[in-house]
Amino acid sequence: MSAPVLVVESLRVEVEGTGVDIVDEISFTIGVGEVLGLVGESGSGKSTVGLALLGHTRRGARIAGGAVRVEGRDILSLRPAELRSLRGGTVSYVPQDPASALNPALRIRTQLEETLAAHGHGANKEERLSQMLDEVLLPDDDLFLRRYPHQLSGGQQQRIGLAMAFACRPRVIVLDEPTTGLDVTTQAHVLATVRELCSAHGVAALYVSHDLAVVAALANRVAVMYAGRIVEIGPERVLFHESAHPYARRLVEAIPEMSGRHALMGIAGTAPRPGSRPEGCFFAPRCSFAAEECTHAFPPVERVADGHEVRCFRRAEVLAAGARGRPPAPDRAQPDHANVLVDVRGVNASHGERQVLFDINLAVEPRECVALVGESGSGKTTLARCIAGLHRDFTGEIALRGRPLAAGARARDRETRRELQYVFQSPYSSLNPRKTIGQIIGQPVRLFFDLDHGAAHDRAVATLERVRLGASVLNRYPHELSGGERQRVAIARALAAEPTVLVCDEVTSALDVSVQAAIIDLIAELQREMQLGLLFVTHNLALIRTIANKVAVMSSGKIVEYGDVDAVLDAPQEAYTKALLADTPSMESAVAAAGA
Amino acid sequence: MTAAAPAVASVPGSRRRRPLVILLRRSWRLGRTKLGVALVLLLAGVTLIGPLFAPHQPSAFAGAPYAHPSSTTLLGTDNLGRDVLSRFLWGGRSILGLSLAATVLGLVLGVSIGLVAAYSRSLLDDVLMRVMDVILAFPSIVLALVAVATVGPKLWLLVLVVGLTTVPRVARVTRGAALEIVNRDYVQAAEAMGESRLRILRGEILPNVTSPLLVEASLRLTYAIGLIAGLSFLGFGLQPPAADWGLMINENRQGLTVQPWGVVMPVIAIALLTIGTSLISDGISRAAAGIDRGGDSE
Repeated sequence: MSAPVLVVESLRVEVEGTGVDIVDEISFTIGVGEVLGLVGESGSGKSTVGLALLGHTRRGARIAGGAVRVEGRDILSLRPAELRSLRGGTVSYVPQDPASALNPALRIRTQLEETLAAHGHGANKEERLSQMLDEVLLPDDDLFLRRYPHQLSGGQQQRIGLAMAFACRPRVIVLDEPTTGLDVTTQAHVLATVRELCSAHGVAALYVSHDLAVVAALANRVAVMYAGRIVEIGPERVLFHESAHPYARRLVEAIPEMSGRHALMGIAGTAPRPGSRPEGCFFAPRCSFAAEECTHAFPPVERVADGHEVRCFRRAEVLAAGARGRPPAPDRAQPDHANVLVDVRGVNASHGERQVLFDINLAVEPRECVALVGESGSGKTTLARCIAGLHRDFTGEIALRGRPLAAGARARDRETRRELQYVFQSPYSSLNPRKTIGQIIGQPVRLFFDLDHGAAHDRAVATLERVRLGASVLNRYPHELSGGERQRVAIARALAAEPTVLVCDEVTSALDVSVQAAIIDLIAELQREMQLGLLFVTHNLALIRTIANKVAVMSSGKIVEYGDVDAVLDAPQEAYTKALLADTPSMESAVAAAGA
Repeated sequence: MTAAAPAVASVPGSRRRRPLVILLRRSWRLGRTKLGVALVLLLAGVTLIGPLFAPHQPSAFAGAPYAHPSSTTLLGTDNLGRDVLSRFLWGGRSILGLSLAATVLGLVLGVSIGLVAAYSRSLLDDVLMRVMDVILAFPSIVLALVAVATVGPKLWLLVLVVGLTTVPRVARVTRGAALEIVNRDYVQAAEAMGESRLRILRGEILPNVTSPLLVEASLRLTYAIGLIAGLSFLGFGLQPPAADWGLMINENRQGLTVQPWGVVMPVIAIALLTIGTSLISDGISRAAAGIDRGGDSE
């Protein structure tokens, strides 16, 4: 390989003032036309590294040491004016959320022209503009250029972001989770565009993501970050097949697979935050391979093979252990076909003037899990909200045990409200930040059961134990808990009502993959224990095989396919389901493709 | 993963603290907040403990009118020959008490109206806010003058009128902050469980708008002090011979060139008090917005 375009050496970013490191000892290189995937869970510092490649940090942080060399030039020693011309020119950046990265008040043409003008490519403007749009497969007619960002779809907005990033023929491009907010179909197209542009223009790309399946599909090499350090770096195939670091291994195993039914395996515990990282290897407290030496010093970088480096004392043991076989998932609970719990018949719903659900028919039986799958805007959340009494604007009938339900929770009686519980998508917005966990769990207990103070407290503690949190969290506030713990609290709030039906709306989409596995596991176990009927709304097809009995695939407000999970996933009948399955990036397909 | 209960990852070193306490702590770290609190404490100290140290009764005669400072009258005498220092020490109580009472009244009414308006999002919202607009349309001093001219200079009326003129502004701020909260998932969760509307307003929404309300409270107090001082200057507050800063300025303004202390002291006091409250308000709002936070990782 020729000389690398980008060289990062012992980069350190720390919290201003306190000197606590956010990331440290970051070293890697990226060659011409190469894509390096930087993966890690939230808080691992992957975005901090991405921004540092542009000589930038978030507010309150500063680059404290190391070097970032682009074609031999250290960008950390540049003056502000030089840095400014470098950004967007030599090194460019594609942010996570295209909707907030584009100025809503300016037309697309103005924004694209700004990028060209800022880097002295003002000549042949029209020609360059149409070239930029061609590259990202967008129309280059005047009508399109006159639009405002809000008139574009999410995928189109992100393509504009890509067009801007590639406009000045950068040498290095940093992509910070550019497809996180996009549907799988759109994501597949955007990823293809990224791949083509990088290889066509010989750009060194750093692709920051938490989604290993996406990285597996795109990257040549992968670096895994944990708690501010790169713990393993190597070719993509090696990382996903023969990783020598326990964390990387567990991370790969935590990803749900599309084929076959496997238990999801999460990683217990949470990653330490900056300032509270343990002595020795940061992963040691959660590591099943940890030995005495792991608690003394952080392991040095060791070469396993050409281009494969790892930081683990126990790498030989990890390699020898080989891949853990995935245990099969425990049997699904057998639904009780005799009586239907929730029956949805001919439901049409609208948001104001716009109809979003068309003639929906669906049934949930006791001990059954029905998955509701679809892309954003397919109406799956609206249907879940109609059932839970949060969306009142619908016609048709929703019945609980044969009794028709009123629209809106307030119009229903106490017993109905108790039996039907809803868990929201994001635990960051579903828990009142000004209430303690005890007050949050106490709310359903107070509303649905007439208990005295002591009994109510005991019930709250018992519920928390059910979701594997202890009484120790009772007096805490949500901001003191991690994302996974918050979602456990949200689930506990629903369980405290002792429901018979649980509606879960994308409950893991805001969580890291290692936490997701634990939450899914918990929900499945609770469903078996409490004999719940479960309506599981998700966009992640790979999850449903583990947990669901039946699946309803939704598109544009209609159920396009409805049947047993295995039947639908293995032999989809409808064109839409087939396309959805094909576009979903999965570890198996990526690994198979790389191994071939 | 079934048996192993994940240990509750405690944030090491974190004390269990209410979000509101964190905000107050954060604002306390700003120099402006400390200065503001110091000023308010100083003035509050003067008005509360001051009378104990007053050398004369506030309405007792201590010398000739407009006498210069002497050993018995440290700041000289006023237009009727009463001790300026004693009257100054006695005269803050009314302003501080009345403006506090008016602010509390305005806050209670304004917060209630704002919360109800934001949560109802219906015709009631429009009706309430248009009524607020009507009150807002009258300059507050004019409204106060009309009321006092009709009923007469009563202290409760002063509190009522000044309190009422702060209601629309508080209601607007509350409604604005609450509109963002009413659609949050935790409010919907409470609704789905059938929590009563009053409890949702009090338990789910109100605690989440306290940061802007704290800012607004100290800002409204600043305005109330100014308004009450102005009204007593015009003679609509405490009636002579009572000691009151606003009244003192009015009584002694003719002797300003001869014996300035009777005017200067209350002016300085009122100025420092309002500067103090607005510095506190500014400090809280900066802390809430995260400005000046620097490298603090809390």
